Amino acid sequence: MARFGRAFKPRQVFSRPETEARDTASGPVDRERFDRLMLPHMGAAFSFARYLTRDTGAAEDIVQEAFLRSFRAIQSCRGNEKAWLFAIVRNCFHDWVRTHGHFRMQSELIDAQDHSDGPEAILERQDIAHSVRETVEALPEPFRETIVLRELEEMTYREIADLTHVPIGTVMSRLARARQMLALLILARDEGGCSV
Amino acid sequence: MTACPERTLSLHALADGELDGIHSAAVEAHLRGCPACAGEFDRIVAVRAVLSNDDLRHGIPVDLYSRIVALVDAEINLMSLNTGVSPSRPIWSWIGGGAVGALAASLALLIATPQVATPGLEDELIASHVRSLLAAHLVDVKTSNRHIVKPWFNGRIDFAPPVVDLATSGFPLVGGRLDYIGGKVIPALVYQHRLHRMNLFIRPAPDSAVLKARFDRRDGYGLMHWRMDGLDYWIVSDVEQVDFETFQTEFVHHSRQ
Repeated sequence: MARFGRAFKPRQVFSRPETEARDTASGPVDRERFDRLMLPHMGAAFSFARYLTRDTGAAEDIVQEAFLRSFRAIQSCRGNEKAWLFAIVRNCFHDWVRTHGHFRMQSELIDAQDHSDGPEAILERQDIAHSVRETVEALPEPFRETIVLRELEEMTYREIADLTHVPIGTVMSRLARARQMLALLILARDEGGCSV
Repeated sequence: MTACPERTLSLHALADGELDGIHSAAVEAHLRGCPACAGEFDRIVAVRAVLSNDDLRHGIPVDLYSRIVALVDAEINLMSLNTGVSPSRPIWSWIGGGAVGALAASLALLIATPQVATPGLEDELIASHVRSLLAAHLVDVKTSNRHIVKPWFNGRIDFAPPVVDLATSGFPLVGGRLDYIGGKVIPALVYQHRLHRMNLFIRPAPDSAVLKARFDRRDGYGLMHWRMDGLDYWIVSDVEQVDFETFQTEFVHHSRQ
């Protein structure tokens, strides 16, 4: 009895010992937990990776790797699954930057060229969501990551601080700076729109 | 009319709902008496409103979900191969009768195969190729999608082999496999050419020299080796030599793109 009590202790965190009690093989249980806890966050994870890399193909590779890692480690996920998964996505992203340094520099160069026609030119485009997205993507790091986690993923200051390994005060000043930059770009467009 | 700099972070925290009741009340009281801060607060709220659009999230590519599920399926298959055999079940019932026959046949073939003086790496590669045809171990991850095969190797081997699909050149990718050769776990990419299978083995090279492709024939099987970018490559198959050469050229070309 004591042996079983210990074996199932991790699952009691999710208070479902009855449905899983008879399942002694680790595979199906892992799969069920993975499907239930991780798959719902795939959209958010991809969007986050896409904002970090500004490249669809790279974001796909990173998210695939992150989900595989999350599956292998699913037993160590304790509450706040999304923040746990995002931490893995972030690690995969940093691994990717290390191995694709030259690619990263290329994309920065392309971005620099985009900037040469100015934020106004970007904002003149029809699709508002599209242009706001581009404006957010044009933000330098770490302001881009912080604003995406706060506004798009609605994480708390505490969650962002834990995820990015900085004090809450740093999260707050990054957020303020990011919004200051965005206000200049986004609200300038709105004022231009009022005159029409 | 500039906002009070020492209040800036409080304004953001208020807009984010991160202040407790007492601090919220204090900041709100300040806003009523300070038009500059009130204006700054309105700007923060306006920026937040623009960013609250759900469309700002990037949608996931159509096949990403199914690719990730396929990756996890392959992972589970491998886990059950490595650890799924419970002690109470004999291994033969798990493998199945057909596989036992195939295994026996492959052993017989290996014994019958005339051995060269020292069973070197080339012989091990050919033996692995033969085993992969006979036993049910052609591929661990069966897919023509290189975006599944490549990450599947991650974490299993300590280098990243290039994975390309050469279907357009007549060599579609069948899948990937791990084999134990020369005392090391090394990846094999499995390709098909008409009715023939080709195993491409890749492992880190001992030096960074570039070696041109060299073709050899042993025991009726063709073997081609080359070295580039710090990796050693071997193809083993029973296709014609010209097919080896075409495959090698195409692989090098596509893996460098």
